[in-house]
Amino acid sequence: MKIAQKSIKFLTIVAISLFTTLSFASESNKTDNQNDGGRVNTKQEINDYIKHHLADSHDFSLFSYTSDAGERKHVGFSLPVIVWTSKGLVTFMSSEFHHNDDGHVIVEKDGLKLAKIHSKIYELDNGATQVSFDETHHAKNAHKILDFSITKSVVGILIAAFLIFFGFSKLAKQYKSKAIPTGLGRALEPLVLYVRDEIARPNIGEKKYKKFMPYLLTVFFFIWILNLMGLTPIGFNVTGQIAITVCLAIFTLIIYISNGSKDFWMHTLWMPGVPKLLRPILAVLELAGYLLIKPFSLLVRLFANITAGHSVVMGIAALMLLLKAEFGTVGATGISFFLTLFLTVIEVLVAFLQAFIFTMLSALFIGMAVEEHEHH
Amino acid sequence: MDIFNDFSVGLFALQLVILIVLLVLLKKFAWKPILNSLEERESGIENALAAADNARKEMQNLTADNERLAKEARAEREAMMKEAREISDKIIADAKQDAKEVTTKLIETAQASIQQEKQAALAALKKNVAELSIGIAESVIKKELSNKKDQLELVEGILKDVTLN
Repeated sequence: MKIAQKSIKFLTIVAISLFTTLSFASESNKTDNQNDGGRVNTKQEINDYIKHHLADSHDFSLFSYTSDAGERKHVGFSLPVIVWTSKGLVTFMSSEFHHNDDGHVIVEKDGLKLAKIHSKIYELDNGATQVSFDETHHAKNAHKILDFSITKSVVGILIAAFLIFFGFSKLAKQYKSKAIPTGLGRALEPLVLYVRDEIARPNIGEKKYKKFMPYLLTVFFFIWILNLMGLTPIGFNVTGQIAITVCLAIFTLIIYISNGSKDFWMHTLWMPGVPKLLRPILAVLELAGYLLIKPFSLLVRLFANITAGHSVVMGIAALMLLLKAEFGTVGATGISFFLTLFLTVIEVLVAFLQAFIFTMLSALFIGMAVEEHEHH
Repeated sequence: MDIFNDFSVGLFALQLVILIVLLVLLKKFAWKPILNSLEERESGIENALAAADNARKEMQNLTADNERLAKEARAEREAMMKEAREISDKIIADAKQDAKEVTTKLIETAQASIQQEKQAALAALKKNVAELSIGIAESVIKKELSNKKDQLELVEGILKDVTLN
């Protein structure tokens, strides 16, 4: 009970601090002709909004609206921007871009001119004062720079990491005093058992699965929590960031390559029982399979599923606006509400499924690599 | 949407660092203790089940043993009783035999002594009869022994009788 009270207190403090930041962070913007990714009325704006959502963001914006006085108000909080420019590391808060996302606001730091275009930070070339675009809407006189900002995705990752660590270290502590956990632990324990008994054991094998349990558990809960966080109205899209899925897939790749058994390399590089002439060709195919195709399938599957899910849910939600003319406000909202509800329920399933598939396939690939064949 | 344009090296690097840190922390503070405890619990349950099974088997063995022992005891008792009966029968038979022998002997001795007594009695009687007869004879003789011929006849007759007896 004490712990529960403590955590409630803690959560209250977090909530209060969050709301105070919110009120401080809400700011106004008078210039009207800017794309801040917040207004959605036409098809084009809906498309832009979905794209804007799918991309990572330097602000943690919750919502924005136009006040009665015609001012744009943004509610959320700004996040630190950390970039590696031609003059070294530069940091400032993302609020300096004033929610502008198409390169109109130029931030000057140490004599550098920085602009944000579609959630990417650009450094303007020497002498340039404005970003000029070519026909395909690419910046002509600016180049992308290394961006280590604490973006919305990074915040999402940190929240997910905190949640996982908080939940499971609590479960671990419970085992010290009792054999069967209570409360949150009772819900988490079956999930751990599920990963162990349904994913790791059957795919890797009874002898070797233990070594890979920490990775599989971490990845499973990491993806699952982030997928679920993506379904909240806060609007994270972490597992739909290609950088994230690439990172996860490379992790799996490194783990199964570094743990490959002698038999695995034998079968990959010099397949026994096949004519010698064919063996190099097979080796190339096998290597391509293990080094490229398998990780690629992992990263694309997760990325594409989550991106597609978010796009479709947002698209269906946008029906509310698009069908307003045909069905009236109430009709369009009703249709969109029920379709979105339906799709969101499916997305909850997909959130679990994708975490499961990623973990499952990782375990399968690891299992293939560590397997020791019986010699005939 | 251009996937490769979307790839953010910075995000990748941050994710890599966070994931490694998370992995290390979780491994130390969560997964290791959780998995160890789960395994301990499972092996504990397994051991308890095996122990219960063993105990059940032992109980079965014990009851079987008990039954066997009871059976053996019963058989032994029966054997003992049988033996005892035999022995008692034998003792009785022996006793009977002995008694018979003793009685026969006693009877024999009794008979022998009776015979002896009888002989003695007869002898005594004979003596008495002889004395009596002599006495009678004396008196008779005293009276009758007037002629020699009668005397002789009498003696002869007496002698005859005596030898006959």
